[in-house]
Amino acid sequence: MKLPIYLDYAATTPVDQRVADEMMQCLTMDGNFGNPASRSHRFGWQAEELIDQARNDIADLINADPREIVFTSGATESNNLAIKGAANFYQKKGKHVITVKTEHKAVIDTCRELERQGFEVTYMDVEENGLLDLKKLEQEMRDDTILVSVMHVNNELGVIQDIATIGEMCRERKIMFHVDGAQSAGKVAIDMKQLKVDFMSFSGHKVYGPKGIGALYVRRKPRARLEAQMHGGGHERGMRSGTLATHQIVGMGSAFRVAREDFEKDHAHISALRKRLVDGIMDMEEVYFNGTVDQSVPGIVNISFNYVEGESLLMAVKDIAVSSGSACTSASLEPSYVLRALGRNDELAHSSIRFSIGRFTTEEEIDYTIKLIKDSIGRLREMSPLWEMFKDGIDLDSVEWAHH
Amino acid sequence: MAYSDKVIDHVENPRNVGTLDKNDPNVATGMVGAPACGDVMKLQIKVSDEGVIEDAKFKTYGCGSAIASSSLVTEWVKGKTLDQAAEIKNTDITAELELPPVKIHCSILAEDAIQAAIADYKSKQAK
Repeated sequence: MKLPIYLDYAATTPVDQRVADEMMQCLTMDGNFGNPASRSHRFGWQAEELIDQARNDIADLINADPREIVFTSGATESNNLAIKGAANFYQKKGKHVITVKTEHKAVIDTCRELERQGFEVTYMDVEENGLLDLKKLEQEMRDDTILVSVMHVNNELGVIQDIATIGEMCRERKIMFHVDGAQSAGKVAIDMKQLKVDFMSFSGHKVYGPKGIGALYVRRKPRARLEAQMHGGGHERGMRSGTLATHQIVGMGSAFRVAREDFEKDHAHISALRKRLVDGIMDMEEVYFNGTVDQSVPGIVNISFNYVEGESLLMAVKDIAVSSGSACTSASLEPSYVLRALGRNDELAHSSIRFSIGRFTTEEEIDYTIKLIKDSIGRLREMSPLWEMFKDGIDLDSVEWAHH
Repeated sequence: MAYSDKVIDHVENPRNVGTLDKNDPNVATGMVGAPACGDVMKLQIKVSDEGVIEDAKFKTYGCGSAIASSSLVTEWVKGKTLDQAAEIKNTDITAELELPPVKIHCSILAEDAIQAAIADYKSKQAK
């Protein structure tokens, strides 16, 4: 077993060897380096053939038509293109957009930009388990609502929103529906023939593909429209100009093909490891599971360890690579806005760790992690004045703290 | 967060972690910070009848620099008179631990903890 152990698969994944091998065939003079847009010679034709293959592989994983796939630089760009592109296109119908407080910054910040452009945005609260109350969502839908954007799987909590029902609600009211699927592709079955989703964002590097490549699904029937945000040679049916990066696209296509072929195997493997991890940790005192086990992907486990601060915990467990919702690990000096949106108090938000398990995680690594967490929590609690007060039976809420 | 070796040493081998008997008239406690802000420091000092700090213990809930700052302070105040300890400035702590700018509030908290402990001692003695 090699240290440190990588348990941050929700941040990014290593490129699968099978994927890397295919990518490397698309770079050098001997390989497929041509510009897929070159129509006058076989270098271009061969590259175009690989692009078509990749587009098919991506469409296959989500049961879509390959002509509905638009390549971008990543899920952030896909989110920008879908939200700004659709809002700009449909603004004559209305200027109201609905999204959720626990969305990724790539959605939240794009919506903030829409507000600066004169749109009105509603940011929905979630319930304590991280899920949307669909009745409350329905109440926010208005005649001038043109777009709803809800992520499929939350990146911090792993909870799965009910995009099937939300899609029905939007379609009934002729509202366009965008879904950020960066964390769900390859982890949750996605069937675009069934789902009433108009736009869906995907990323290469969350699915054992390369960074710097993503895709936006844009529905053909009924047709979803958007205004391009990147102008130029009219690539991707005019929706996203820029020379297609053959090696990146081949990598993403190959990664999505592997994700489809290994779907059951990956899911069973990761589910078993999650159970092992959760069982191993949750028997400790004052430990809180964030989100809900019932409706979440197995790869993301978010736990708050009360009376221990997140950054010091990360330092103590430096042999495992994980993320924390603590302000001290971020540039913003604010604790995780996602955990706060669940109604978790600041202390528990400061004390959270996100473990994310993936294809290459082993049982041995999980067992090592459980022991390391238990030892470190014990040591840090011995050092924590809050733990001491808790053990002395003092109600911390009754203490008058000097906020600084 | 790129910390100096000194911070990492204090986090991995904190000095003087523990609790002194708060019922001892010579023991004073300074508790500063707030859980919601992500750091709480408790500094305890034991002061001799001659006004010299004989012992110091701390407990801290907080990030690496908060733990290191309080651990360092327990080393520094030992053997000092109350007046000498009161002169320790947050800038001394920042310089010694090479704290990054976003962590300066941790050193300020440690200075506040010394002041709070000294104030507690004086109010205990006044009774």
